[in-house]
Amino acid sequence: MTEVPSPITGSVWKILVKDGASVSEGETVVILESMKMEIRVKSPHNGRVVEIRVKEGDSVLEDDVIAIIE
Amino acid sequence: MLKSALIANRGEIARRIIRTAKLLGVETIAMYSDIDEKFLFVQEADKALRIGEAKPRDSYLNIDRIIAAAKESGASAIHPGYGFLSERWEFARRCETEGLIFIGPSSEVIHKMGDKYHSREIATSLGIPIPPGSGILSSVEEAKEWAAKLSFPVIFKASAGGGGIGMMKVEKVEEVAEAFDTATNRARLAFGDERVYVEKYLESPHHIEIQILGDKDGKVVTFPERECSVQRRHQKVIEESPSPFATAELRHELRHAAKRLAQGIGYTNAGTVEFVVDRHRKFYFLEINTRLQVEHPITEMITGIDLVEQQIRIASGESLLLREDSLGWKGWAIESRVYAEDSENFYPSPGNIARYIEPRGEGIRVDSGYQAGDTVSQFYDPLIAKLVVWGEDRNKAIIRMQHALDNYEITGIKNNIPFLRKAFDSGIFKSGNYDTHFISKLKEGKNE
Repeated sequence: MTEVPSPITGSVWKILVKDGASVSEGETVVILESMKMEIRVKSPHNGRVVEIRVKEGDSVLEDDVIAIIE
Repeated sequence: MLKSALIANRGEIARRIIRTAKLLGVETIAMYSDIDEKFLFVQEADKALRIGEAKPRDSYLNIDRIIAAAKESGASAIHPGYGFLSERWEFARRCETEGLIFIGPSSEVIHKMGDKYHSREIATSLGIPIPPGSGILSSVEEAKEWAAKLSFPVIFKASAGGGGIGMMKVEKVEEVAEAFDTATNRARLAFGDERVYVEKYLESPHHIEIQILGDKDGKVVTFPERECSVQRRHQKVIEESPSPFATAELRHELRHAAKRLAQGIGYTNAGTVEFVVDRHRKFYFLEINTRLQVEHPITEMITGIDLVEQQIRIASGESLLLREDSLGWKGWAIESRVYAEDSENFYPSPGNIARYIEPRGEGIRVDSGYQAGDTVSQFYDPLIAKLVVWGEDRNKAIIRMQHALDNYEITGIKNNIPFLRKAFDSGIFKSGNYDTHFISKLKEGKNE
């Protein structure tokens, strides 16, 4: 199980995968927005999404856990 | 002269405008979102009104609320600054119909030139070269055909675009479909207009621009060029004027082209004509920014002309007194954009400023929007301040910039001062022989 942290402080713009979905390495799972910039949070490896911890519109801090992937 | 002006912006540019407006005896009215209430620009204005919540669409992008604030405060004019609504022709039009003076060009000119594709056509009709490119693309197949015809690399651009949004560089045919879709989607989301076209991507171009002023009599004055090739994500980080790359001949050609364009479209107030210039100094028109530019201070530093004063005078109906043939300039000016972002990956880094101490001294100008204790919010641009220096020559300006950066203290949030310091220490910047690939070369450690 890998916790995927937020690289920035900002808000959640879009969630691209559902809980349970399989993802491949480098696939974007969530798009964050901060200071007019889009930041893509990518899966660190091939696997399955155990849980997306955020909702669209949520505020996140740097290092908050965004998703758990196994 | 205008009686009063509402500044429909925030931070450093609001303070910049307030400073000159006060010198001219124009009453200044600030507007602010909830989280900006304690900021310097609010304190420094003669009057200030709350405009709405933190999110830009509820405050600095909300045309109805801004017009209402202007009426309520009795403002005779609105200065849009840069960013936010400054290049939205609907906003300028609304000011015109509500009897408010918009400090900028007419809504008609903003409309015409805001459409990047249309502005290419206008430039062509005036004999100004543009980069080879397609028409508006209607399908992936058409995108592929054009990309192949132009030969890779190519760049997809949103016609309604600006600020680098919707731009996608593509190296090979396999990437075209995704780039076309992404550019189209981003354009729809950001501008509500999904029209996209593709252009030949110029390798290692220089990004050079010409400041213009136009008045109601059709007179246009152009200024010496600004070199804006140090960019990340298609956004500028360091600018200098003049350009170390420009010859007297190129300077003359660029100013001449900018003037022809401005006169051809009946441009009034301040604007900037942007060009890309290849290594053989062949230039192409890129776009015109129909507003005050972020980097306008470097032009002010070498010419001694206050561009905001000129904007206000033109908006008041005065004729330009400046003469291009006797417009002098001396020395060298450089601007560093100090951003709240990581120095390595340039990720935004909003947060609370703990300590904030600006450099001071001869030839140093800092246009900033923050002080210690302020929060740089995730809702707005990461620009903390613009550090501008002047020197008798380029070398002296660089040394002054290095000292100023050493004496700039910002703690509590990440900022790009370490990156800036590295940039000015690099042999490649000092040589003046750099282009838009400067940052990637610097990161690869190429520092000859």
